[in-house]
Amino acid sequence: MKIGVVTFPGSLDDGDAARAARIAGAQAVRLWHADPDLHGVDAVVLPGGFSYGDALRCGAIARFAPIMETIKKAAADGLPVLGICNGFQILCEAHLLPGALTRNQHLHFRNRDQWLRFDNVASAWTGSFVEGQEILIPVKNGEGCFVADADTLDQLEANGQIVARYINGNPNGSMRDIAAIRNEAGNVVGIMPHPEHAVEALTGPSLDGLGFFASVLQYLVAPASPAPAQEAQVRETVTIPEPLIRPTIPVEPDPALAPPAWPEIPARVPAQADDAEPVEADDEADSDPAAEIDEPAVAAAEQRRDSSEH
Amino acid sequence: MARVVVDVMLKPEILDPQGQAVANALPRLGVSDVASVRIGRRVEIEFEGEADVERAREIADKLLANPVIEDYQVKIEEQAS
Repeated sequence: MKIGVVTFPGSLDDGDAARAARIAGAQAVRLWHADPDLHGVDAVVLPGGFSYGDALRCGAIARFAPIMETIKKAAADGLPVLGICNGFQILCEAHLLPGALTRNQHLHFRNRDQWLRFDNVASAWTGSFVEGQEILIPVKNGEGCFVADADTLDQLEANGQIVARYINGNPNGSMRDIAAIRNEAGNVVGIMPHPEHAVEALTGPSLDGLGFFASVLQYLVAPASPAPAQEAQVRETVTIPEPLIRPTIPVEPDPALAPPAWPEIPARVPAQADDAEPVEADDEADSDPAAEIDEPAVAAAEQRRDSSEH
Repeated sequence: MARVVVDVMLKPEILDPQGQAVANALPRLGVSDVASVRIGRRVEIEFEGEADVERAREIADKLLANPVIEDYQVKIEEQAS
């Protein structure tokens, strides 16, 4: 089975996605955004990153890449497509999935290991999971806040199209804690956190991400439906590694979901990156508008910014 | 050269955290009577010949705005001579 991974200019996680596909037992095929040919792949991953620099809006320009035309047509015919992070944004922009992904409500880039709970596993990419299962995979985004109008959200709920939700804290303010959704047919899935970064004990918080890639391989063997009856039969062809013992990572409810408190930033700081943590200002600088710039605080903020950028 | 201006704004029901952050900063300027701030994008399109509003509308609808979350307005800018 061949899983294609598309590289757009600015993709970051294409290498990891291809690696995850290989670890799951697939042949990974690297696809190029400007080449409309899918080279006979059985499924496609749109990886994370910043396609076309995310100029305009995330995914807005990638949507018009030559390969996206082919993927749109193939997806309509049932090709399994998984959009991760930027890939999710591209799928929404391409109208392969409803809704849109907007700036994190707290304006910070959020990078951490995140718990999700599966709401519905009836998709090409989630058949090896069970409903209610909780998994831990990394999340890293600046524009991961899923929004849609109330009717669309209700429809997603009613159709079982909400694949997974954030638990133990919503990292970006997504409506109804949505982390992953699918299209009605179930072959197209978009997920904001990164399963491809949780496939190896050395680097991932778990091996939970592997299930997405194993699921699509199962699905391709028995494409009719990812019903539980077929699950037992295809389990023989694909071995899903046992998840590691999960590290207990304290996940506190996220107080930063509120918009940043402005007065915490010291007076007259020339340029404050929007993803930097609010700078602790001492009371003196805060109360006296003419106070000198708090240089240690600025330096600390810059240091923090450097270490949190990707 | 003819210029068409496209204004793209988040729909009223979509939260605008950038605008909120700006609004929260205004008291630092001594401004305390602003109820809300919302931030959008202005795009200027220069056509080589006549301004083509229909074409600009198509560009706005397909690319410049995401109609799921944004509204847009297209207008020809009067050339100051």
